Amino acid sequence: MNTSAGAGRQHTTGQGAAAQGAGAPDTAARDEVSRDQRQAELVAALTQVLPRGAILFRHEDTAPYECDALTAYRASPMVVVLPETDAQVAATLKVCHRMGVPVIARGAGTGLSGGAMPHPRGVTLSLAKFNRILEVDAAACTAVVQSGVRNLAISEAAAAYGLYYAPDPSSQIACTIGGNVAENSGGVHCLKYGLTLHNVLRVRGFMVDGESVEFGSQAPDAAGLDLLSVVVGSEGMLAVTTEVTVKLIPKPQLARCIMASFGDIESAGAAVASVIAHGIIPAGLELMDKAMTAAVEAFVHADYDLDAAAILLCESDGTPEEVAEEIARMEEVLVAAGASRIEVSCDEAQRLRFWSGRKNAFPASGGISPDYMCMDSTIPRKRLAEMLRAIEQMQSKYGLRCVNVFHAGDGNLHPLILFDAEAPDEMRRCELFGADILETSVRLGGTVTGEHGVGIEKLNSMCVQFSPSERAQFLAVKRAFDPLESLNPGKVIPTLHRCAEYGKMHVHRGMLPFADLPRF
Amino acid sequence: MDQRNPTLERLIDQVDRARTHRTPLDIRGGGTKVFYGGPPTGEPLDVAVLSGISSYEPTELVVTVRAGTLLSELEAQLEQHGQCLPFEPPRFAPGGTVGGMVAAGLSGPARANLGTVRDHVLGATLLNGRGEVLTFGGQVAKNVAGYDVSRLLVGSLGILGVICEVSLKVLPVHRASATLRFDWDEPQALRQLNLWASQPLPLTASAWHDGRLHVRLAGAAAAVSAACGKLGGAVVAPGAAPAWWRSVRDQTDAFFSLSAAELAGGQCLWRLSLPATAAPVRLPGQQFIEWHGSERWWRTAADPREVRAAAASAGGHATLMRGADKSAGVFAPVSDVLMRIHRGLKQAFDPACVFNPGRLYAEL
Repeated sequence: MNTSAGAGRQHTTGQGAAAQGAGAPDTAARDEVSRDQRQAELVAALTQVLPRGAILFRHEDTAPYECDALTAYRASPMVVVLPETDAQVAATLKVCHRMGVPVIARGAGTGLSGGAMPHPRGVTLSLAKFNRILEVDAAACTAVVQSGVRNLAISEAAAAYGLYYAPDPSSQIACTIGGNVAENSGGVHCLKYGLTLHNVLRVRGFMVDGESVEFGSQAPDAAGLDLLSVVVGSEGMLAVTTEVTVKLIPKPQLARCIMASFGDIESAGAAVASVIAHGIIPAGLELMDKAMTAAVEAFVHADYDLDAAAILLCESDGTPEEVAEEIARMEEVLVAAGASRIEVSCDEAQRLRFWSGRKNAFPASGGISPDYMCMDSTIPRKRLAEMLRAIEQMQSKYGLRCVNVFHAGDGNLHPLILFDAEAPDEMRRCELFGADILETSVRLGGTVTGEHGVGIEKLNSMCVQFSPSERAQFLAVKRAFDPLESLNPGKVIPTLHRCAEYGKMHVHRGMLPFADLPRF
Repeated sequence: MDQRNPTLERLIDQVDRARTHRTPLDIRGGGTKVFYGGPPTGEPLDVAVLSGISSYEPTELVVTVRAGTLLSELEAQLEQHGQCLPFEPPRFAPGGTVGGMVAAGLSGPARANLGTVRDHVLGATLLNGRGEVLTFGGQVAKNVAGYDVSRLLVGSLGILGVICEVSLKVLPVHRASATLRFDWDEPQALRQLNLWASQPLPLTASAWHDGRLHVRLAGAAAAVSAACGKLGGAVVAPGAAPAWWRSVRDQTDAFFSLSAAELAGGQCLWRLSLPATAAPVRLPGQQFIEWHGSERWWRTAADPREVRAAAASAGGHATLMRGADKSAGVFAPVSDVLMRIHRGLKQAFDPACVFNPGRLYAEL
């Protein structure tokens, strides 16, 4: 979920995050000398296996790689490489493995959790040149693409056959399939069509030591443990992906969308539950609160209902017969649930207009605030109203505004906390606000990240969601793939030490210390 | 799942003892899939004692259920709310449990369109080889916090630990369905299935055997009737179709049953998992095709090497589903690098190697 910020600077949650294990602090000067020397050795070794132009190490060349879309956190990579072939990727990994250099794989850099933030002593391995679509097989409904191919480019290539690739993160014009595999990306249609994992058959790439590896297969399954399940969503910590085989599905002949207004958040939440209870799985089910609606209306002028406490977008797709039947049932359910205004799209232009505000929620937030921080927790759908009430109270507690968009169908929240990084104390309060939302989500039975990943951004929140033995088990899984922990080290799984530091406000599965004390 | 649950505490004690004495444990649910995988060895660890639905909220499309719960009990509960496990898990005998369903990872006829067991697992609680009770994933559909360990457990045949509880995504039952029959030979059936798969049709299953193709359509009533008109073929009586698909799902159809004498004579049931567009496979024996061509069952006495070679050259792999002699391995061997990861994961979850030794691969 990434969009370019409008006027404002975009942040996601911070928690004062810094990558772990970046090396012991030395005196700055000695560090600088040894870094220069180390860099020279590494460049010399890489020059043996890569063309000169594929190795960047001067500060002005590596600067664009200092962060991903979580721009608040940066590090300067020692070297950036841009290999073009599998053999070059393998050779790069072998060099790094031999020299004990961490490797951070990178796609388009649209990630929102700092998963691709460089390691100051590491190599950033860009897959940007792996941008070829190798095969579209219309009969098998599959496409074989290199990992640097953009998400949307797959659907564009498949369109000639009436097929498309279903997962559609908002950043789909820019984000790569390799990055989608790393994050197990979703999108607005995943309630019906699933996440990346559900739409990927095979991942090819390399282990940390440069050995080639294949997870999954072109058959529906592969022998042995389902390793594809852990590789998808592993944030580049288990292997480097160079090729992905995805499933394509027939493009629905028709899509129509209902825009429904509700006078209060509770009835909008109840309407979402009611749609599901009636056995309907909408192609998309999205909610915006009043403040968000006002912000997007100012941005896209799509004639949204500014009086509504919440707006629900409910989409149906399929054959014309299916859509007609489903839209009629959806309308009935939404009216019964107390919708104060209902509009059904009559044509594609109107459907896209309904969606325009939702799709521009992030830039619109940039238009009303110098900075905003985007959260990404998931909660059980039924806790929606409770969550939004809690966020309302947090606004006064932290003295900051928050606007809300919500993938209501699957419980994934994107509260956008508005702040000004240049105003004294606002960044700090914003980080506390964000952490509070994540901890509340865990307490309500949810998770700290629905689709943006942990990266470095949510390391502290992982201490809240998982016990020490669960985190130790994650690290053991990593070591089964990467024994020396050289692939994207310090991300996703917080160290015990880090969690101990964060422990003052430790909440584990709702077991707050002094759980009965009100916390406002 | 509450770790102070006395039943769970007894299981933890049993695991701790097994680890100390290095005695293998044979994790047992209903015992309905003992035939699947390598032969069980060790002291039984009974998971049936962990039973019951922990939470079920139809509007969340999620059910959390203890591993020893009967699959039939879970499905009866879901049915009351017009919901189902969309992947149609097979039951080879009464008494199968939810934990066994997840550990075996087998999906039924709807899998080609509606996904696998793995696709519907949202979270799991695991008792690992160190006697730790760990929860991964959760009760929400979108969750990328940490590695997806709960899905790694699907099809693991218990080698990583005791699955204690799982959260599953459930879906509404289709409002309408119809089954059509076509008298086509194998090449024509495969060609047609491949063609249909790339069109927006409400297909949910297909089965070809002995010159006859059955196709199931399900979804909105209008969509099913429109598709019936488009596809043609003979309509199977609505009263008879569900029972017929159940016989495919549970493998009670005559094709799948091997008598003791046939097994002793070297007859085997193989499952070939292939790209749906793979050309017809040539082996001696009889064939039953599901999943629009991507799952091909063979009743054959052919040498395991011949079966595996045929599957590999078609781009897939072969599993010995039923057979008297399992010395050639039940599952296709994996590459050296994947076996290294398998060993690493076994070490990570079960360092003393107490759980289900040999069920997946002899060396694990």
